[in-house]
Amino acid sequence: MSGYDRALSVFSPDGHVFQVEYALEAVKRGTCAVGVKGRDVVVLGCERRSALKLHDPRTTPSKLCAVDDHITLCFAGLNADARVLVDRARLEAQNHRINLADPASVEYITKHIAGLQQRYTQSGGVRPFGISTLIGGFDPQSDKPNLYHTEPSGIFSSWKANAIGRSSKTVHELLDKLWEEDMDEQKTVELAVKSLLEVVQTGNQNIEVAVLRPNKEMEVLADDYLDEIVRRIEDEKAKEAEEKQSRRRHDD
Amino acid sequence: MDILLGIRTQNEVLLITSRSLARGISVLKSDDVKVLECNKHTALAFSGEPGDTTNFVEFIRANVRLYGFQNKQELTTHAVASYARKELATSLRSRKPYQVNILVAGHNGTPELHWIDYLGTNVTLPYAAHGYASYYVLSTLDRWWTETLTLEEGLELARKCIDELEKRMPIDFKGCNIHVVDQNGVRLHE
Repeated sequence: MSGYDRALSVFSPDGHVFQVEYALEAVKRGTCAVGVKGRDVVVLGCERRSALKLHDPRTTPSKLCAVDDHITLCFAGLNADARVLVDRARLEAQNHRINLADPASVEYITKHIAGLQQRYTQSGGVRPFGISTLIGGFDPQSDKPNLYHTEPSGIFSSWKANAIGRSSKTVHELLDKLWEEDMDEQKTVELAVKSLLEVVQTGNQNIEVAVLRPNKEMEVLADDYLDEIVRRIEDEKAKEAEEKQSRRRHDD
Repeated sequence: MDILLGIRTQNEVLLITSRSLARGISVLKSDDVKVLECNKHTALAFSGEPGDTTNFVEFIRANVRLYGFQNKQELTTHAVASYARKELATSLRSRKPYQVNILVAGHNGTPELHWIDYLGTNVTLPYAAHGYASYYVLSTLDRWWTETLTLEEGLELARKCIDELEKRMPIDFKGCNIHVVDQNGVRLHE
């Protein structure tokens, strides 16, 4: 051990704050989460760890957390850290309503969360939050979709589509290739599901998807509807593979 | 002098509140709304010291909403009433208590009406009134209220009460708003 990773608020000589980098490592090991912006919709999706047979799944909170009526957050990393962070965000959302008599904007909540995460990289006796978040939603009286990303270091940024957590790199590449301007709701949902399927092994049972629309509360997609989308995407994939194979045979 | 009246009917609760907002000898506003939607199925009607009232009910609403988000489970009307009562009771024993009286109306399967005053009294009632208005309307309600009122009959009873108030109250309260709380939530009745 170099010694520079013992106390949080100490730089290593080459300018690294190791604890923050370790936190990013925890994020990389977390289950995958995806956010995609459409024309007038934001879709957030995440991997759901399959529950053991005897485990009561109700006690495991979903990774899609409503922060307020119009803002939803999903995360990758340590579930326990997320709980605390999300509760702080919810409190801030309600505080904003009381103090300003208006719902908070998505950017405001993002800044608040990122600010909190930053504080935990510069204080004594604490460790950083081991989570990255994707925050989606619509500002009050606005049809413009918002999607933000925050990191343990306190960085935040706005995205058209983004993925965090395990194998997020692969998903990123897919999103880069397939994301386009002005997607309708169905297309956006399909893209989100498709990118999640890249990561999740056992298909439909292990993903959760929420659709956010302007001036509405989020809708978590029902299992059978999700099944239908997954089946459609898998059929498409199978057909493509078949075509590829037949073409190859043709070439031979 | 504000009028706060609640009537529980078979499937809904009616909240009748005066439209005037007066300070001293002047009417400042004649389209005031004294009802606040607390969560999807619960409404608060409030009267008392202006300023105290808004501050208090908005505080209650924020905490009720926060509870809903944190627990993925909205507070029931009964729980909201108990919580509001507790806050008033705590406040009463502080240096400067809230001077707020409220009615909590809600619908969780069945309609429910709670009468809570600034002293922290919480009672569940079929019909209730706060302030001077109660002197004029309680006898009317005693006479006409029944367990099986329909919405129309409830509105008619509300009309009777408002007529009585217009006849007997020495002030002009600029008419009344009627809010209906039923299984679909809270709405202002035209």
